[in-house]
Amino acid sequence: MIPAAFEYYRPKDMASVLSLLEEHGDDARVMAGGHSLIPMMKLRMADVPHLIDLQDIDGLSEIEIGADTIKIGAMVTQMDLISHEGLADAAPILRETALQIADPQVRYMGTVGGNVANGDPGNDMPGLMQCLDATMSVIGPDGARDILAREFYEAAYMTAREDDEVLTSVTIPRPKGGHAYEKQKRKIGDYATAAAAVQIVKENGVCTSASIAMTNLSDIPIHSPDAEAALVGTAVDDAAIKAAMQAMLGDIDPNEDNRGPVAFKNHVAGVILRRAIERAWSRA
Amino acid sequence: MKDEVTRDERVDNLKGMGCSRKRVEDARFTQGKGNYVDDVKLDGMLFGDFVRSPHAHARIKNIDTSAALEVPGVLAVLTAADLEPLGLHWMPTLAGDKQMVLADGKVLFQGQEVAFVVAEDRYAASDGMEAVVVDYEELPVLVNPFEALKSDVVLREDLVAEDGSIPDGAHGPRKHANHIFTWEAGDKDTTDEVISNAEIVAEEEMYYHRTHPCPLETCGCVASMDKVNGKLTLWGTFQAPHAIRTIVALISGMEEHNIRVISPDIGGGFGNKVGAYPGYVCSVVASIVTGKPVKWIEDRMDNLMTTAFARDYWMKGKISATKDGKITGLHCHVTADHGGFDACADPTKFPAGFMNICTGSYDIPTAFLEVDGVYTNKAPGGVSYRCSFRVTEAVYFIERMIEVLAIKLNMDAAELRRINFIKKEQFPYTAALGWEYDSGDYHTAWDKALKTVDYDGLRAEQAQRVEDFKAGKTRKLMGIGLSFFTEIVGAGPVKNCDILGLGMFDSCEIRIHPTGSAIARLGTISQGQGHATTFAQILASEVGLPADSITIEEGDTDTAPYGLGTYGSRSTPVAGAATAMAGRKIRAKAQMIAAYLLEVHDDDVEFDVDRFVVKGAPEKFKTMKEIAFAAYNQAIPGMEPGLEAVSYYDPPNMTYPFGAYVCVMDIDVDTGVTEIRRFYALDDCGTRINPMIIEGQVHGGLTEALAVALGQEIAYDDMGNVKTGTLMDFFLPTAWEVPNYETDYTVTPSPHHPIGAKGVGESPHVGGVPCFSNAVQDAFRAFGNTHTNMPHDHWRIWKTANELGLHD
Repeated sequence: MIPAAFEYYRPKDMASVLSLLEEHGDDARVMAGGHSLIPMMKLRMADVPHLIDLQDIDGLSEIEIGADTIKIGAMVTQMDLISHEGLADAAPILRETALQIADPQVRYMGTVGGNVANGDPGNDMPGLMQCLDATMSVIGPDGARDILAREFYEAAYMTAREDDEVLTSVTIPRPKGGHAYEKQKRKIGDYATAAAAVQIVKENGVCTSASIAMTNLSDIPIHSPDAEAALVGTAVDDAAIKAAMQAMLGDIDPNEDNRGPVAFKNHVAGVILRRAIERAWSRA
Repeated sequence: MKDEVTRDERVDNLKGMGCSRKRVEDARFTQGKGNYVDDVKLDGMLFGDFVRSPHAHARIKNIDTSAALEVPGVLAVLTAADLEPLGLHWMPTLAGDKQMVLADGKVLFQGQEVAFVVAEDRYAASDGMEAVVVDYEELPVLVNPFEALKSDVVLREDLVAEDGSIPDGAHGPRKHANHIFTWEAGDKDTTDEVISNAEIVAEEEMYYHRTHPCPLETCGCVASMDKVNGKLTLWGTFQAPHAIRTIVALISGMEEHNIRVISPDIGGGFGNKVGAYPGYVCSVVASIVTGKPVKWIEDRMDNLMTTAFARDYWMKGKISATKDGKITGLHCHVTADHGGFDACADPTKFPAGFMNICTGSYDIPTAFLEVDGVYTNKAPGGVSYRCSFRVTEAVYFIERMIEVLAIKLNMDAAELRRINFIKKEQFPYTAALGWEYDSGDYHTAWDKALKTVDYDGLRAEQAQRVEDFKAGKTRKLMGIGLSFFTEIVGAGPVKNCDILGLGMFDSCEIRIHPTGSAIARLGTISQGQGHATTFAQILASEVGLPADSITIEEGDTDTAPYGLGTYGSRSTPVAGAATAMAGRKIRAKAQMIAAYLLEVHDDDVEFDVDRFVVKGAPEKFKTMKEIAFAAYNQAIPGMEPGLEAVSYYDPPNMTYPFGAYVCVMDIDVDTGVTEIRRFYALDDCGTRINPMIIEGQVHGGLTEALAVALGQEIAYDDMGNVKTGTLMDFFLPTAWEVPNYETDYTVTPSPHHPIGAKGVGESPHVGGVPCFSNAVQDAFRAFGNTHTNMPHDHWRIWKTANELGLHD
């Protein structure tokens, strides 16, 4: 559990970060909270000769709540999400999710940017951001660009972000209606056996829009438009929920691991989604 | 002089036995001022670490260390070839086998030590490890002991004769190249006869999975060879420092007086730190070779994958009874997976530990136990994880068999226990498998436990829950876990207990200082049990000096008297007894001094709390403080000056703590998630020395029981890869997973122990594992479940529900 030697950089501005990335190419990685990258370096599974720490870069740690959108800087920590006063009202699902990530010590260091950019299927924020239809902003040698969260994930640890780009912020439309982030895990600090993010709007007892994404049930987070469609226009009764569960099961592709075999994960995914829908609906 | 202090106040001032004295250790532990082995830092100290095998079974064709020796800061790379001239490439195990220190031609488990890289710092050592090139030829892997006993693949060629025959092992004849021993207890023929003629027979097979003690501090050591004076100092995480000194002397050929072993503060042991590991040997050799101190510290993965697993018992049971539930016979067969080397930590004559306590708390007239030890491609070990030798396995076995029998009889499991308990008047009770239980009052403890939890009310609630479940009103089942355990601890009498020929006595040496304070040194070593607190309390009551005036020291073999260390709940039963006996020697001399000072005959004074008083004249007395001073300043005719004593205590018998536990659990059948609603633990550990420490020990032992029952395991895939090598997958409970515990007690002193104490550190683990497991199993009883194997993690509970048709 001792990493190989590496050069450590702590630049003061993004231009320096980008120039270091350009200079060292594949040998360089940026680090936000470090809670994924450093363990991999200690296991010598990640070889990072040049490590660029982002914590001295200004402007990456803000939470801006606008009339229609919320912008979260890449270096905002899970703890910031939990303790931010305005956010609990504006997007309570962020707080509910962050509280289910790891443990307090990790949440003080772990960042939103690192969580979404690493592409680890076990991370909770990618599924949440797909549910919230977030937009990822990245900056690279050719300037800044935006990528939809629902188009960001390509495979485990593979995203639409290029190696010479840095994720700077995540922007979400202000969520509407009821919310729930339901997660089953074996113990504190664990990744999900199955987790579901649900945001749902109710008008006159009818679901007018629904957003559903699942965590750790494929090698990428799974946004399920078919499951959403199964709810819209219904009173979210048992039949509608079952249809949504069925649609979601067609989208996920879990692997067997120490958490259990595929049949178990599919079953739990359904149960967790049902509970998330029911809780979100009760809050809508 | 008038005594202003009342007798009760004098008792309180001592903080002796029965007082919830705060732990004196905690001032340093809670301030980060402990001194653990990794805190030992010496001038010029080097670091050693292992290149480990990625394969579970492979021949080593070549080890190329040349590139590693080019890495800056790397000083040496040891392989078996370097140790062979010293005769140190293999070492003896505690179980009569031998174990490779560094891979000698082949590897037998994933993570096995292949080469030892010595460098100026840990970073250089790690770089050096990466540069060692090992050429492996993979061999077929055996991870299942039943397959190992049928396989043509020989794991230990060193244990097969040239003509292909199988020589006897340390414990008698071997049936197969991968077989280690067969060990029997009890009467086979009578047991078979009783069972085959019985009115009712219940049978069950159960696997007690492999797990690991996982102390927070991993294993490690610092070896420092002083070439000028020829003395070796070895700091390390040793639960038995004196035994380690003797082992080092025996395998190195050094004279024992030139070896000083020091166990500093130890961050939990739970059996993991009893054995001798390759890291210790390699550190000593590296220090001798380099002339510098060498430190070796495991990381978490090293610890989980390579040092001392626990359990891994495949148990097959038959239990017979009359129609009305009186048990008549018990048969148990165990296939024990010992891994690549037999390094179990048991007394020499007990290769399956005290598994023959498996008749439990019940009056079972006839029983038979047979254990077959088997080699596989897994890490060696087989330690007693927070229990006396294999007692957790034994108690799990009988407490499951009782439940299975209750199902067969269609009887309440609490009642079945009650009608089969050994009765109070039967003690001392000789069990069918040979042990003599010292004392017990099981019915009183059981009745108290059931009454406190309102057992009948719980069963009524459970019946209603089953109805509600069947009616579709709930998806949660309710389980009531019962367990009644009897432990066998305090190993042990020298006549039948030794380790490597060392009798399992223990010791205490006391020096009373002139001003009435004292130091006592013991052969044991605390790993968090609070010895510095409790042993001072025993002495305070025995010699009448305040516990706050008594220093307790352990762990330095140059100063402490010889003892066999701390594990198997033996410290209080053995060293605690030695402490009381040494204290009584002090008191005997103090009595003579007091009589001299008071100018009366020795028999005319008697001990009273903190003084000797003249019989019938309580105003005439000498306090122990006065007596201590007199011992150093008076020329008393016929008496040597000073006030010191040593006691080496060879216990006449084991002690047999017991307890009654109840767990109430809710289980979500759709997700397999369990929620412990209530846990009640009644412990009877005989005389209670410090109730607060007992309560802490019970909380800790229950938490480790919860871990083992609900998810903690060392799992291997078919290729012998460890699947649970980090704390992501190896379950170590935190406050988040742990329920509230209710503790309770009865007091049934041990009749043969000087203060009647029996030991408690491991009871909650021994009793807790079956209690948690029984709660899970009980929840499904109404739907046809008889037994499912631990660990009861979410997916296995879900699988049980699924197989019982509860998801349709």
